[in-house]
Amino acid sequence: MNLHRFANPARFLRIARVVTPLAGWIAVATLLAGAVFGLVLSPPDYQQSETVRIMYVHVPSAWLALQSYIAMALAAAVALVWKHPLADLFVKAAAPVGAGFTLLCLITGSFWGRPTWGAWWVWDARLTSMLVLLFLYVGYMALAGAFDDEERGHRAGAVLVLTGIVDVPIVKFSVEWWNTLHQPTSVFRLGGPTIASEMLWPLGLMVVGFTAFFVWIVCVRLETELLHRKIRARLENTPA
Amino acid sequence: MTRKRRRLYTLLLALTGLGVATALVLTAFQDELVFFYSPTDIAANKPAPGRAIRLGGMVEQGSVQKLPDGVTKFRVTDTARTIDVTYKGALPDLFREGQGVVAEGMLAGESQFNARTILAKHDERYMPPEIAKSMKKADGEQQHSTGTLLK
Repeated sequence: MNLHRFANPARFLRIARVVTPLAGWIAVATLLAGAVFGLVLSPPDYQQSETVRIMYVHVPSAWLALQSYIAMALAAAVALVWKHPLADLFVKAAAPVGAGFTLLCLITGSFWGRPTWGAWWVWDARLTSMLVLLFLYVGYMALAGAFDDEERGHRAGAVLVLTGIVDVPIVKFSVEWWNTLHQPTSVFRLGGPTIASEMLWPLGLMVVGFTAFFVWIVCVRLETELLHRKIRARLENTPA
Repeated sequence: MTRKRRRLYTLLLALTGLGVATALVLTAFQDELVFFYSPTDIAANKPAPGRAIRLGGMVEQGSVQKLPDGVTKFRVTDTARTIDVTYKGALPDLFREGQGVVAEGMLAGESQFNARTILAKHDERYMPPEIAKSMKKADGEQQHSTGTLLK
């Protein structure tokens, strides 16, 4: 199996030496540029005026919240079926990052909802399913950490993550399947985006920046975890 | 069959089962999962008297009347049917004629609705004011104000 090549921790560390700083610098550059264009230079909206700028943080965090979960579910499947040593560690490294994106999405959404809709929070299908996603992230972290035997914690966590994957299409399509207060999707839709191009490309920059940030921080967390294990193994092997 | 292969098939089977179960549950609860009912939904399926519901649709052009004491009257339409809404209180900034709205409250009589809360619905279009202005000129008021709220 070819996948084995990337699941080897030593090989991962070698790849990460290049990928981590690269992703980090891409994140710094695109987030800075995206923030300047999105928050300052892009035009206000014809209805929402300046409130529209919340979108440049809200939409990328929503996407990354879903992307991180999908990546975690794939890794959980690889961990359960092929027992790859890195897959479990990836799920564990990505979980708090994904939870952070979800929380950021909910908080910025709330700040946007108050002036736009007239409510901080409503129980429509989109908002509720996004809150469920946050609970899935938090639930995974609690469950995976609740076992004395690390291996068993990872396995229980992987099953939870895979079960929770049903929430991802619900979040994504809730605005099309049911009527919701949240507006339908503006970017990936039939007939092209409904966002003016001078707002769309700063949004694209922010999405690239958030993604690069995710790659960077997960790589750093994985490297740290592997080094931590190496040190522990060495300490256990040295006679006192 | 190797153990890896068996684990893979078990996982795929479990995920398929989970997917089907979720789809069935969501289909069964279709009516409870919607956030609001359109005037047509309400006409077809009268809610029990005194039950709080959410009514959603478009604020009809030219229907908003501001009365003294902060009372607002307007009509909510889904182009097929219309319901008169009465509301007392502050309106959200995006409450406008021709825009989507969701009213929480109770039905009083055939097509009269007493709203307790008004939520403005925003559509999926984002554009700078200059473009909106020139689009308005090109399309005419009517076309422009028809959002995608009502599918």
